[in-house]
Amino acid sequence: MTGAPFVILKDVAKRWNGQLGVEEISLDIEEGTFVALLGPSGCGKSTSLRLLAGLEIPDEGQILIDGRDVTTSAASDRNLSMVFQSYALFPHLSVAENVVFGLKVRRVPRAERAEKMARALEITGLQGYESRKPGELSGGQRQRVALARAIVAGQRLCLMDEPLSNLDAKLRNSVRKDIKKLQRDLGITVVYVTHDQTEAMSMADKVVLMKDGRIQQVGTPDDLYNRPVNTFVAEFVGAPPMALIDSSTVDGFEPGFTLGVRAEHVSIVPDGKGRLSCTVSEAEFLGSETLIGLNHAGTTGLSVLQPGLSLMPEGAHVDVTFDDHNLHKFNQEGERLAGT
Amino acid sequence: MSKQVNLERRRQAIYGWLLLSPAALLLSLFAFYPSVATFWSSLFSKNTRRKPSEFIGSENYADLFADPTFWLVVKNNLFYAAITIPVSIAIALAMALWANSKIPVRGFVRTAYFTPTVLPMIAAANLWLFFYTPGLGVLDQIGALFGLPSVNWLGQPETALWAVIIVTIWKEAGFFMIFYLAALQTIPEDLKEAADIEGASRWTYLRRIVLPLLMPTTLFIMVNAMINSVKLIDHLFILTKGGPSDASKLILYYIWEMAFAFFDAPHAAAMTILVLAVLCIVAAIQFFYLDRRTHYQ
Repeated sequence: MTGAPFVILKDVAKRWNGQLGVEEISLDIEEGTFVALLGPSGCGKSTSLRLLAGLEIPDEGQILIDGRDVTTSAASDRNLSMVFQSYALFPHLSVAENVVFGLKVRRVPRAERAEKMARALEITGLQGYESRKPGELSGGQRQRVALARAIVAGQRLCLMDEPLSNLDAKLRNSVRKDIKKLQRDLGITVVYVTHDQTEAMSMADKVVLMKDGRIQQVGTPDDLYNRPVNTFVAEFVGAPPMALIDSSTVDGFEPGFTLGVRAEHVSIVPDGKGRLSCTVSEAEFLGSETLIGLNHAGTTGLSVLQPGLSLMPEGAHVDVTFDDHNLHKFNQEGERLAGT
Repeated sequence: MSKQVNLERRRQAIYGWLLLSPAALLLSLFAFYPSVATFWSSLFSKNTRRKPSEFIGSENYADLFADPTFWLVVKNNLFYAAITIPVSIAIALAMALWANSKIPVRGFVRTAYFTPTVLPMIAAANLWLFFYTPGLGVLDQIGALFGLPSVNWLGQPETALWAVIIVTIWKEAGFFMIFYLAALQTIPEDLKEAADIEGASRWTYLRRIVLPLLMPTTLFIMVNAMINSVKLIDHLFILTKGGPSDASKLILYYIWEMAFAFFDAPHAAAMTILVLAVLCIVAAIQFFYLDRRTHYQ
């Protein structure tokens, strides 16, 4: 864990004629960590992963894995494994054949192959399914076959491209925990692409938030949630996202910058005692609490959480307040102001 | 309740028969009935002015088995099939793999490969007749550049069948390529990427992933190529007429000759029945044996 990072991307760029690829991707990944590439679709997170995998070759920049420059190396020479969004299982091969495909290609002796496969199937809970074809498995089982194939060779770096997006919500939660546990138990480095911030925030040691082919912020989930570097990060991370308020609408602030506040720091106060006087635009019952969306000129995404079931009629009048120390301040370009 | 179930079942049955009947009718009229009629007429002797046709059982078949020309033609056709089927499939696969890869003039390549299929066999045969013509032909002219002597490709027994085989392969490969191309496009791109990451070479990927996934197509093409090796004889009429000394005569051409040149319908009928029987057996083997080893998506 000491010394140079395990994976280094230096000013990597990839462009397609006319289309936006990625620009200035610089990233250090420590060994044994779980890194999530997060962002809206088309932000370049999958491209970054494919560059790292060797499925694309960058136009500019340098990629190092374990101290070795692999910028132009073939995918097979990078000693990594990958889980595809579609799983990319070979449909005519059985589960066992799928899992050991790479070992067989790399001419691993039969006995060792059998041993590693047994372990991979045990870890992923696939014993008894060895002779099934992928077409005879459920989506969750297929996903586990893809995982088993990724871990069987014991590569230290594993790339995952939205591996949970084809699963239903309930399964997604449990597989998410399984993947995290797997990563920790095996001590492997995982680079995980997702557009789902819950996945990124709950699994990752480090989150890389991207937009339009560029990295917006790299940091721990805590950093991204509590210290967003710009308004894009503020509005992308968190459910509900951070509310942005034009500073001129709040008393006691000079105009010209943007204030950010999270729903949990907003509270409803009796009429006349609030800092903003809003109207209710919607109320959403979430189970343990109710999310109330608010409208006020000069604000976007303002909302407040109320415990339990406390629906409010649309158009109702509400006064809200918040503490200054919970406010985030951004300049007109959307950059976070220092010292806040 | 049970009355409704019965009604529903009867409606399904009527529906099924209605869907079946057009094909069943046409097949009966143009395939099943002619086959049976052919079989029936193969059991009778030839009707001449002096001797009217009479039932002779398997005598026509016995005549065929005693006919050296028949055996020569069978040998020719087996050789013809043994070369044209695997070679045209192999070339079709190679062309499809190439035409499916990311090459700059892909559209042109695909069209070029498919052109022979669009040409009528008679036109193709005339083209090749010109290629093969001694002295004037393209092959001889190219050969002359390197100082090679003129060869009468179609006129000598050693090369005539080969010349016919090459025309057939040239004609068929592009057609089979289309099927391979369509099948290749159903193989998802990420299988190649997964194989890449697992360290598989291009060759391993082809052998372990692509070829097995193409098996249903290969099976289909094999049956087609086999049928073609028997039924595709148009070019013989233009190129060799089965000669010289029967060296390039194929079975269907011999049947045609027997029936319409020698006017010996019963022997032609007997030969037809033999061909049908052999084709049925081979197709059955292909479907029942290879089918079980084939992965369908």
